[in-house]
Amino acid sequence: MKNLLFAISLLLFSSTSNASLNVFACEPEWAALVQQLAGDKTNIYTATAALQDPHHIEARPSLIAKARRADLVVCTGAELEMAWLPVVLRESGNSKVQPGGSGYFEAASVVHMLEVPTRLDRGDGDVHAQGNPHIQTDPRNFLPVADALGKRLAQLDPANAADYRQRLAAFTRRWNEAIAGWEKQAAPLKGVAVVVQHQGFPYLSAWLGLKEVATLEPKPGMEPSAAHLSQVLNTLQQHPAKMVLRAAYQDDRPSEWVSQRAHIAAVELPYTVGGSAEAKDLYGLFDDTIARLLKGMQ
Amino acid sequence: MFKRICSNAAIAVLLCHSIQAAAADSGNADNAFNPAFSLILSGSYGNLQRDPAIPATGFAMNPNPGHEQGFNLGESEMGISANIDPQFRGAATLALDPAGGISVENAFVQTTSLGDGLNLKFGRFFSGLGYLNEQHAHAWDFTDQPLVYAVLWENQLAEDGLQLKWLAPTDMFFEIGGEVGKGRGFPGTERAKNGSGAGVLFAHVGDDIGIEQSWRAGASLHRTRRVAAESVDVPDLNGNAVTNLFSGDSQTVGLDLVWKYAPDGNVRNSYVKLQAEYFRRKESGELTYDTALAGANVTDSYSVTQSGFYVQGVYQFMPRWRSALRYDRLDPGIAQIGALNAGNVIADYAYNPTRTTWMLDYSPSEFSRLRLQLAHDNSRQGLADNQVFVQYIMSLGAHGAHQY
Repeated sequence: MKNLLFAISLLLFSSTSNASLNVFACEPEWAALVQQLAGDKTNIYTATAALQDPHHIEARPSLIAKARRADLVVCTGAELEMAWLPVVLRESGNSKVQPGGSGYFEAASVVHMLEVPTRLDRGDGDVHAQGNPHIQTDPRNFLPVADALGKRLAQLDPANAADYRQRLAAFTRRWNEAIAGWEKQAAPLKGVAVVVQHQGFPYLSAWLGLKEVATLEPKPGMEPSAAHLSQVLNTLQQHPAKMVLRAAYQDDRPSEWVSQRAHIAAVELPYTVGGSAEAKDLYGLFDDTIARLLKGMQ
Repeated sequence: MFKRICSNAAIAVLLCHSIQAAAADSGNADNAFNPAFSLILSGSYGNLQRDPAIPATGFAMNPNPGHEQGFNLGESEMGISANIDPQFRGAATLALDPAGGISVENAFVQTTSLGDGLNLKFGRFFSGLGYLNEQHAHAWDFTDQPLVYAVLWENQLAEDGLQLKWLAPTDMFFEIGGEVGKGRGFPGTERAKNGSGAGVLFAHVGDDIGIEQSWRAGASLHRTRRVAAESVDVPDLNGNAVTNLFSGDSQTVGLDLVWKYAPDGNVRNSYVKLQAEYFRRKESGELTYDTALAGANVTDSYSVTQSGFYVQGVYQFMPRWRSALRYDRLDPGIAQIGALNAGNVIADYAYNPTRTTWMLDYSPSEFSRLRLQLAHDNSRQGLADNQVFVQYIMSLGAHGAHQY
């Protein structure tokens, strides 16, 4: 009987390793960043995957169960997760990770936000009051996020604080070198005109100097309609673009449709870690993003 | 500007530090509106071949689905919610009746900082029993509730009382909860007494299967008491429609299961949702037959076990477009009737009400939905009904997060 109880409690309360922090990452890029900053000091659970539209996630029972045991929740913020995260956190009954507390971290809070709307009107589509939340497409944004996140990890797990500081310094150094490399590779992309499927690339465009001439979604979050797509084709006759960009999770039909008619390349970008076979970690994400953009130029 | 003020006075350092910390993790957007305010506008057109007031066969002493014919403004729903302080969050949903007047659908306070997986809620709230009971009307997949919810819970059970839930610290989702309340809604009756008038226990388990599938299963138990509950137009063995009075205990057990599938787990493009629920209620007590002034007024024992289930599937076949099919079935049971009323009250209706419903809806955005629904209703014996509904549901204001 005792053995049975022990077996059941093992089954129910098993923790996979002796890591000291349980981290619940809303998106794969933050899971990858925590991996860089904490290594084996944390158990990382990634709530969403690269092929899921991050605006449309359901508050599934599994997410609530994982949030229950989390010491730290790391999310983008800026309303990206507003359709599901509030329910997950509320239902979790975990007071450590509620918004405002030390166990809740929003990456967007330390990044300079782009496309902050001057007027808030749903007639303009699915706009976010705090600005465009797709900050992970510019590697430079990872520097302030890593800095704040590294400090937060040290605060939550003081026993390993020295280790977190060391890892943060190492990451910052290596990441700055990597950014310099990517910028060199991406030099030919400067000023290149592109079409985007969703307004999900302002940070990428700002970083590399891409010029967005049209968007396939008539308004943010609205499905591309046939009428709007023909309008985009007209725009492209006056302002030709080199390629049409979409994220890995997006339906490929609208961009393929435009690609065939406008005779420009349709480029699928990984968008986050796991979005392509090559985007295995944060470095792979940007290696592959640049490689695909350069290929689209040809 | 902000930085300069902060660096100017050494004494301001502490203050600025705390402001920055607060600004850093402002939380979700709902806080931009304090409190978050939302309004649901909905309305429908119903085309029915039969009078919607006719109850399902064998369920004349239960509530009716309450369909309406022609154009009608459904209930507009106003929602207000916010954190009250670091310990409590409050939420209220007010239903604006098209005929005028406001009713309180939900008005509750819940704790936000108990920790250890505990959540306490008090006030008026939708009971956590079953799967559909907690969902607001604008989140339903059909214009109406399943028959079993209509006749056993008067569409939805809202309780005045308190609810305590505990989520286990396990990898798999496992939650248990209990409620005590006034028992104000059907199947209870509001009574002036101390103590609780109804109790609910429920348990939920759920998990993912890979990245594409997820599920939740639940079991619930509800107990209350009906006192001097009057039912009008109840058919009797003599072919008359009489008014009866029932007092007795009510105990309901329920099982629910929902399973969802989305290719790559991406619900934006397409998904399938299958769900089924079963409820079984035993009522036993005393029935007074024909309470009219010149009526028979005969009282004797009465007990019956009613049950019902529905199964439904929703398929989003492309972004913004969904279609769904639902099958309902009820069993009025065979009543045990005391000898005095054996010749008056119908014990066995020998009929199982059923209904088949199909719907198609289109959602131009997350905030708007247009729906067409067709139903073949065999819930009334010999009175088959083909029903057509057209509905709109629009939400404006704060973006509410949806439950699973």
